[in-house]
Amino acid sequence: MMNADNSPRQPYTTYNEWYDNQDRARLIAKSKEAENIFRKTGITFAVYGHADSSEKLIPFDLIPRIISGREWRRLAQGIEQRVIALNAFLDDIYHKQEIIKAGRIPRELIERNEAFLPQMIGFRPPGGVYTHIVGTDIVRTGEDQFYVLEDNARTPSGVSYMLENRETMMQMFPELFHQNRVRPVENYPYLLRHSLASLAPPGCTGKPRVAVLTPGIYNSAYYEHAFLADMMGVELVEGSDLRVIDGKVKMRTTRGYEAIDVLYRRVDDDYLDPLTFKPESALGIPGIMDVYRAGNITIANAPGTGICDDKAIYSYMPEIVEFYTGRKALLENVPTWRCSETDSLQYVLDNLADLVVKEVHGSGGYGMLVGPTASKRERATFAEKLKARPNNYIAQPTLSLSTVPILVNKGIAPRHVDLRPYVLVSDKVQIIPGGLTRVALKAGSLVVNSSQGGGTKDTWVLED
Amino acid sequence: MLGRTANGLYWMFRYIERAENSARLVDAGLRMSLTRSEATEDDWNGVLQSSGIRDIYDERYEKTSSADAIDFLLREKANPSSVLSCIETGRSNARMVRTALTRETWEAVNECYLDMKALLARRVKPTELPEVIDTIKRRTGLIRGAFHGTMLRNEIFNFSRIGTFIERADNTARILDVKYYVLLPAVSQVGSSIDNVQWESILRSVSAHRSYGWVYEAEYKSSNIADFLILNGRMPRSLAYCYDKIVSNLGYLAREYGERHNAHETAEKTLASLRNHSIKDVMDQGLHEYIENFISDNNRLGQEISDGYRFY
Repeated sequence: MMNADNSPRQPYTTYNEWYDNQDRARLIAKSKEAENIFRKTGITFAVYGHADSSEKLIPFDLIPRIISGREWRRLAQGIEQRVIALNAFLDDIYHKQEIIKAGRIPRELIERNEAFLPQMIGFRPPGGVYTHIVGTDIVRTGEDQFYVLEDNARTPSGVSYMLENRETMMQMFPELFHQNRVRPVENYPYLLRHSLASLAPPGCTGKPRVAVLTPGIYNSAYYEHAFLADMMGVELVEGSDLRVIDGKVKMRTTRGYEAIDVLYRRVDDDYLDPLTFKPESALGIPGIMDVYRAGNITIANAPGTGICDDKAIYSYMPEIVEFYTGRKALLENVPTWRCSETDSLQYVLDNLADLVVKEVHGSGGYGMLVGPTASKRERATFAEKLKARPNNYIAQPTLSLSTVPILVNKGIAPRHVDLRPYVLVSDKVQIIPGGLTRVALKAGSLVVNSSQGGGTKDTWVLED
Repeated sequence: MLGRTANGLYWMFRYIERAENSARLVDAGLRMSLTRSEATEDDWNGVLQSSGIRDIYDERYEKTSSADAIDFLLREKANPSSVLSCIETGRSNARMVRTALTRETWEAVNECYLDMKALLARRVKPTELPEVIDTIKRRTGLIRGAFHGTMLRNEIFNFSRIGTFIERADNTARILDVKYYVLLPAVSQVGSSIDNVQWESILRSVSAHRSYGWVYEAEYKSSNIADFLILNGRMPRSLAYCYDKIVSNLGYLAREYGERHNAHETAEKTLASLRNHSIKDVMDQGLHEYIENFISDNNRLGQEISDGYRFY
């Protein structure tokens, strides 16, 4: 937030004046009020493996993270380029595989990847769009210096927090929105609905019927599923509501079965169709993949997009972007060592104390090692895991992430953050100005995941 | 609307209704044990029976004490009809159908749940009991208020109301089923104080001891009490009132969907029987049998609604 000379950075100047005139006790009280709003509304998530705490609140910090319009425009260009490349990459690996033929990516990395779905080979989803909704995790290390941490092309979550955080801020501090020209995010559900409907399958005449598919109320992101369905004004369905009838996916309503044209699914590929994938899945719809391949339903995001979330694939993103867009990637990748390569593995083992090691299919901050903060013993245990399954890991240096202020009892204190902007892809790419800022609440910590004690803030992109 | 959503709404409101009923039974039981020092064990037995949870209770406790019975009715997780269980199940259903509820209604349910969880985290001390019961009534009242004040009068509203009234009819009928003998003319000795206490307890367990006084000029008479709970169309917990509402809510769905189901016929038949009989007819036919038939018809109606509207 601050310049080197300790003055507030330009986008924070207006906010800072306001903050200096606030009574700290009042702000702390507002923090509590925000928590009550969240609890009352039931904006909760479930942490797996905690028996007694089935529903938790994500801590909300009421100091916004502010991004200048100028910095945002550059960032957005980079994201757009990356998202276009991701879709082209997916289309390629499920069709001609030119990137493999060109020798830019090893064949086995694609075809032996558990997120690669042979069922998608030769099939092109309606509109040619694979990842309808993308969340690109970004960190900022300095002025105009952004790194992409990971691509979430499968099912990025958290957008409900982006919306609720803004709502809460506007309720609590309306004056801030008079003083600062903050670009709106509230129209996201509207844009999402239109983006989804515009990609209805060719067979759909009339107004496309959209539905959100949830695994149910025990899923950690259930709140978000219900919230999005509600805000979009579409049905929230579970697998048990759906059935394939006459070559269409239909939902059981109080008047009989009615067809669905576009399914925004928040169920993983593996569970989508017990006839095609996991036979024991009770969350999916038997036969939906046949309907899909016959062009009678749009599934968003398309099955098989999860391969883009693979952290070994991530390490090839600079090549991927260049291969499909013909230009150098605007956004940097964090340098990544693939432990599957012998030299890299040795380097990682030798430098474990300075690196972050992640599972290639991991998410949510589980199963990772943060070298600098881990104990000797934790590192030794992890080294054994690494040696046993090197293919399963990648390693990255710890970046000197920029910090933003959070409100603590004694005033404000700096904490590390990342940023997940949300991107909608149809015949155009729309990037919502803002996104979810996740913040590591522990001083010095770099892990921002809510499952690991991270919090969130409202994210402002200013008009300028 | 999804069949599963209709099912969720229906059960959400059944459970909220049942939570209130369990609280009311505790209230009535408590009142009785305050009024009379002896024979309270019997009273609590009756209460447990009305709630249909006698068996589960007996598995846990050797004998009936008022402290155990109250705890069982308010907090026991193994008792699906305890206030806490009902609110948890009701809220879980509300979470499932959240997209069908207004924000106000959902928040009222959620806050009720958060409140109950804190309030009923441990055994309630006798001195705190009145306040706890009051809070339960207030919280469920707020749900009702938010629901009536904010929900569209559409299919969602009608399925919710049907759940409420099927449950309410069941609750009232069960109270009558357990206490029917004190209402029989042969047994009751007019004016005996035991009967008065019993009768008042029945009226209290349907929150009607005051309104009874207005309608029947404060004269306790068994046939009047039976009339009030079964046939009086103005008493909001009577069987006739519940069925009047059910028929009207089902009628809305039939008009809206252009389709009638077995449930419509069943409900209309029951309503006709409630309207066309006098309390003397009911007594002559046999009060106990009448109530038993009613409970079984009411269950069947629930099943027919679930089938007709594809709850599963």
